[in-house]
Amino acid sequence: MRTISRRDALLLIPGLTALALSGTAEPLQATPAEATTEIGRFTGGKTAESGKIALDLPEIAENGNSITLSFDIDHPMTPERHVTEVLVIADSNPSPRVATFRFTPMSGRAAAATRIRLAGTQAVTVIAKTSDGKLLVAQRQVKVTVGGCGG
Amino acid sequence: MAEKPRIRLPKQAGKGEIVEIKTLIAHSMESGQRKDSSGKLVPRKIINRFACAFNGKPVFECELEPAIAANPYLQFSVKVEESGLFSFTWTDDDGTVITAEEKITIA
Repeated sequence: MRTISRRDALLLIPGLTALALSGTAEPLQATPAEATTEIGRFTGGKTAESGKIALDLPEIAENGNSITLSFDIDHPMTPERHVTEVLVIADSNPSPRVATFRFTPMSGRAAAATRIRLAGTQAVTVIAKTSDGKLLVAQRQVKVTVGGCGG
Repeated sequence: MAEKPRIRLPKQAGKGEIVEIKTLIAHSMESGQRKDSSGKLVPRKIINRFACAFNGKPVFECELEPAIAANPYLQFSVKVEESGLFSFTWTDDDGTVITAEEKITIA
């Protein structure tokens, strides 16, 4: 998969900002501010507790096209109290949303793994919502040596 | 996509055991960001949703975005209390739905 490199996207930003605001095209690179907006939508502005999500991502990724991400949340999964939704955000991808996971008490564990694309070095944030309205968060910085543009 | 999705899950489990399920489906997951050899933007076409149900009850679901790598791999857990049938569905942007099923028996 080839996506525009972060370097190239930065050069084009003035024109892109206009495009992004007009909503007619996907911005080639989201800004951390957009990621924050996306996270704010999910959390409703409430603070999230850290330390409950074990988030596994490589510190350095050789290939931005396929990076393994896994998380495991320390939280009960009973009908009365369970993790309901987990949002994964990449703050400098063309679009910040990576995936949304929905769990049920039948999940047994609020844990999942997948492979993601990162356009360049950036922070990946995982935020979880629980059935009793709490929020949990974890964040990892991933250095990407060859971004999802093939170099 | 003639290839069948690949699913790894145990054939048997103890009652109340949490089993790990691994799924893999062949799909290019065109992000809509890529340019072809003539410089034209290749339109977005991805698997945007995956769902797993057990004996008809939804257990796990996810919305996938273009940031999910090609040939989407998904691993998740299910607590099995009874024998039954897992059903898995993958939904493409174009509306195509790919399905698969796997049985599990409580030992």
